[in-house]
Amino acid sequence: MNVLIQITTSILGSDARQDNSQYPATMPLYQIPKERFAEAAKSMKTAGARLVAEWATDETSFGKGFGIYVCYAKDSEYLIVKTYTPLNDPTFPSLTKKFVPAYRFERQMRSLMGVVPLEHPDSRPWIKHEDWPENVYPLRKSFDASKPIPRVKGEYQWIRAEGEGVYEIPVGPVHAGIIEPGHFRFQAVGEDVINLEEKLGYVHKGIEKRFESISWEDGAKLAGRVSGDSTVAHALCYSHAVESMTGCNPHGRALWLRALMLERERIANHLGDIGAICNDAAFAFMLYQLTILKEKLLRTNLKIFGHRFMMDKIIPGGTSVDINKDAKKEILAEMDWLTNEFERLVTIYDENPSLEDRVRDTGILPPEKAKELCVVGFVARASGQEMDCRILSPFPPYDRIVPKMTVLGSGDVHARGWVRVEEVRDSIRLIREILNSLPEGKIREGFTPPSPDKSGFAIVEGWRGEIVYWVQSCPKGGINRCMVRDPSTVNWIALEEAIHGNIVPDFPLCNKSFNQSYSGHDL
Amino acid sequence: MLRILHQIFRTGIVTEPLPPAEETEIEVIGVRLEEAIKRYFRRSLTIREIDAGSCNGCELEIHALNNPIYNCERFGIHFTASPRFADILLVTGPVSINMEIALIRTYNATPNPKFVIAVGDCGYNGGIFGESYASLGGIGKIIPVDVYIHGCPPKPADILNGILKSIEDSRPT
Repeated sequence: MNVLIQITTSILGSDARQDNSQYPATMPLYQIPKERFAEAAKSMKTAGARLVAEWATDETSFGKGFGIYVCYAKDSEYLIVKTYTPLNDPTFPSLTKKFVPAYRFERQMRSLMGVVPLEHPDSRPWIKHEDWPENVYPLRKSFDASKPIPRVKGEYQWIRAEGEGVYEIPVGPVHAGIIEPGHFRFQAVGEDVINLEEKLGYVHKGIEKRFESISWEDGAKLAGRVSGDSTVAHALCYSHAVESMTGCNPHGRALWLRALMLERERIANHLGDIGAICNDAAFAFMLYQLTILKEKLLRTNLKIFGHRFMMDKIIPGGTSVDINKDAKKEILAEMDWLTNEFERLVTIYDENPSLEDRVRDTGILPPEKAKELCVVGFVARASGQEMDCRILSPFPPYDRIVPKMTVLGSGDVHARGWVRVEEVRDSIRLIREILNSLPEGKIREGFTPPSPDKSGFAIVEGWRGEIVYWVQSCPKGGINRCMVRDPSTVNWIALEEAIHGNIVPDFPLCNKSFNQSYSGHDL
Repeated sequence: MLRILHQIFRTGIVTEPLPPAEETEIEVIGVRLEEAIKRYFRRSLTIREIDAGSCNGCELEIHALNNPIYNCERFGIHFTASPRFADILLVTGPVSINMEIALIRTYNATPNPKFVIAVGDCGYNGGIFGESYASLGGIGKIIPVDVYIHGCPPKPADILNGILKSIEDSRPT
């Protein structure tokens, strides 16, 4: 039995009631009283669980108040804990002092839903910028989302450092390269960074609110555009969540094709990232070599799947594209070619001392910090955390073809790069296995929308790490709430930690080694 | 070092041999583009890219213009860090409310004459994000746009084509 449930029920007794409207059964939901919310969190902390996500819902259409949800995980087990707070007293106990990631989740809940985390150490808004009116809460049902928000005068209170020789470097939101917008503010003495503060939210386009006004089928399209580089992983996670609510089981062939696309997405992004890390250490050769490989993969995607990033190819109920025998042969041949080309470049990376000098011991995220911050994905694995939900909580076909987990302890730029190298190798192996055991059959099952008053939860290991979706149907049958948690939501804060003690010119290198999504974070 | 040199010679110039269907397309666009850049920009066209709220999909394809296969520098196109040096602004995304001011400031910081090219379906009308409290819709609602490049995201060859179109259709004023 789920250890997290045992702990919760043994401490809270009959105060913890299981909610049977939550799917799938392996992702249970327990409702507890608000006054015991912090106590439950404390027991989770003691048990060594991590905080996966925290979010709020407006459940007025169910005749209730605001729902406050928090998801914990330990190894392969997940538990969602929920409590209610009435409309006339929208407050709840803050968990920030127990779990670091709650810090930004709760600022966001306060900013967008207007539920106040009591005793939260930071009352500044998050995502919501300083020029939004104070009492605007877009995620509330009473909010009119059709009109732009009026601007007011406001000023963001930055963290300040004072003293002789301390100076500030503001960067962004428009950055120097072809990248997404965000603001970084450094306090530095000479070349040394003494503090970095991130301000994000620039690409907030109201994705979570948008979900509430579109159909279940269109939801997969929107999920595929939460972060364009992870379109397969997001669409897959959304589809898993809504399929769990309807009992829709896509045929084996569809499941294997989905995994094929997921691994191809992983390889393409990792190739680009390894190249970009080298480029930021002034080794442009590697970037150009690896972008050739990446471009060829994307062209194969276009030819076989009909889209360079495979957008809209994963839909609730299966996939919208099938592959034939020739395509299978072509991909297998491509994997042989890729292995040959990639290994040649890896040797060059490995034998280059001046590159090694830049990437080793730079931007260290120590394992204990990684655990405290509850980071996920390759960032976590490069800092000694054993986690990969393809392995710990496998969904088909990963129960049949087990990925290899690469865990390194040094937590530096090199480790984050090398985890990617190993994952490219492993994804090539997985793609071969998938193609060799691809079952025959239908690629699409009929999908009927979920019935009212249910919720579905799903996790998928995208190339950045664990993606989480929690979807709730409203009494009339549409989407009441769709909570999206990209790996970036929890990983961004780790960059602030990793940059301590590094020099300003190494920031781009550190940032590239994390390569978190702005759009996936800002939603 | 020997390995690096070996790999460089082994790779050779990959810019030429493109898959047949795309080869003709890119070459034709490329030759015309090169001529237009020679004629109006003295062989050097400088672009500042601005993400005004995109999902990062368009950015990936704009990035690809710099890879050795598309190698946009051969036409005289290069990307700059500062809008002060830019001839063209390549803008993506629906304009998010939190990027609106930064977009206007970047536009104003770019010297005249300048072109604005909106990349992607979201840059045209907000795309799947539509118009809402946080998404203000297409780029044209905030700053004047010369050319729209459709697609979600548009392919690299489409982006090159769009750049050419902007030069040919509306020469700098």
